[in-house]
Amino acid sequence: MVGYPSLSLVRVGVGTLIEASLDIAPGEIHCLTGPSGSGKSRLLRAVADLEPHAGEVWLGDIAQSSLPAHAWRGRVMLVPAESQWWAERVGEHMLRPSDTDLEALGFTPEVLDWQVARLSSGEKQRLALLRAVWREPATLLLDEPTANLDDATTRRVETWLIQRIRDRGWPVIWVAHDPDQIARVAQRHWRIAGSELIEVTAWM
Amino acid sequence: MDVIALGWWQLALAALLVVALAGCTAIARLGMGKSLIIAATRTIIQLALVGLVLEALFASARLHWVALMALAMLLIAGREVTARQQRRLLNGWTFGIGTVAMFLSSFTVTVLTLTLIIGPEPWYRPQYAIPLLGMMLGNTMTGVALALDRLTDTAWRQRAVIENRLMLGEPWQLAVGDIRREAMRSGLMPMINAMAAAGVVSLPGMMTGQILAGTSPALAVKYQILVMFTITLGTGFGTLAAVAAGSRRLFDDRQRLRLDRLSRPRG
Repeated sequence: MVGYPSLSLVRVGVGTLIEASLDIAPGEIHCLTGPSGSGKSRLLRAVADLEPHAGEVWLGDIAQSSLPAHAWRGRVMLVPAESQWWAERVGEHMLRPSDTDLEALGFTPEVLDWQVARLSSGEKQRLALLRAVWREPATLLLDEPTANLDDATTRRVETWLIQRIRDRGWPVIWVAHDPDQIARVAQRHWRIAGSELIEVTAWM
Repeated sequence: MDVIALGWWQLALAALLVVALAGCTAIARLGMGKSLIIAATRTIIQLALVGLVLEALFASARLHWVALMALAMLLIAGREVTARQQRRLLNGWTFGIGTVAMFLSSFTVTVLTLTLIIGPEPWYRPQYAIPLLGMMLGNTMTGVALALDRLTDTAWRQRAVIENRLMLGEPWQLAVGDIRREAMRSGLMPMINAMAAAGVVSLPGMMTGQILAGTSPALAVKYQILVMFTITLGTGFGTLAAVAAGSRRLFDDRQRLRLDRLSRPRG
């Protein structure tokens, strides 16, 4: 896709991971797997510049270190596995998301009046995705975006995310566990093995 | 009117009653006897020493001695702020931020009050300067200590929320905004409460002292109002500076939340 920036990790090192390099084209989803504790979340945090790390990350021709940190994170948006909500009601965290998006995720506009304390973990997870997408970033880093969802809802969220990623031309890193999900969403699949990233090919 | 002199034996009578109180709590197994005696003994020793120092200071009334005394008070207050933290900022930052904040606010307001409002001759006359500074520092210290403690403790508890807000692209000032407001509030609340209750619920200590010393209540009230306002100014600006600098220190130059800059809580 022309005109959209790609996301490049150049020798990023954080924790036990050294020199992780990735090139993600616009609109492409790269899945990331690895045993728990292998540093998947830390790698995402490094890409979002939430942790001190080695190496450089590029969004198109913009270097991570050349932007103020908050501007970088506004573009390279990390959605953590467990979302946090600081205000009383859902609507205070995002102003008027579109009704079609709400509907695609299985909500009605009334959800904006709901109290955050009453949300289930699955509802929180879907709303956290919407909250991130609503801010119109330039790329998404998804940390197990469907971990708290049942199968039907997982499919629904995947469809919505893939549609949105294609439309906007976002390069995406998606941490996943489920091989079926990886087969459904990913163009490429990487596994953290010790200190390096290894590409997992489809026939393995 | 002269103040009625107090003899040592009269103090001993009061001390005896404190001992009796300690004895009662010991007999009732309430476990406060020891700390009561220790605190009472500290009061006697510390105040006796301060009395000696002040006598000498008032006799000489030289600027450099007053300044030295003020510096000692400031450093002790800084140490006290550090001691009152659940989680200190490491590498002396709590002491540094606390001391600088108290210095900026307490000293500025005290000097302004002395030169522009009260106007003793000379302006640093220790009978005015030292008690005024003491009251300023004591209250500013409480405000700064409470605010910094609340700031670091809440940031620790709510680290996930702060980081999630950072992930959404908020600048650090916004991500930590609620916590800063809370810290500011807990620093200023004691002073706001004191002003609201002054004269109705409590008779402020300084006014009581002046009335006992023979000052007319009308004048004592004026001094008390002045002191309350200056203390509020000192506490407010001190807390403001400490919260601003302390919350900045929680983040690095890439606006990452750096809780590794906090010490473990004391157990």
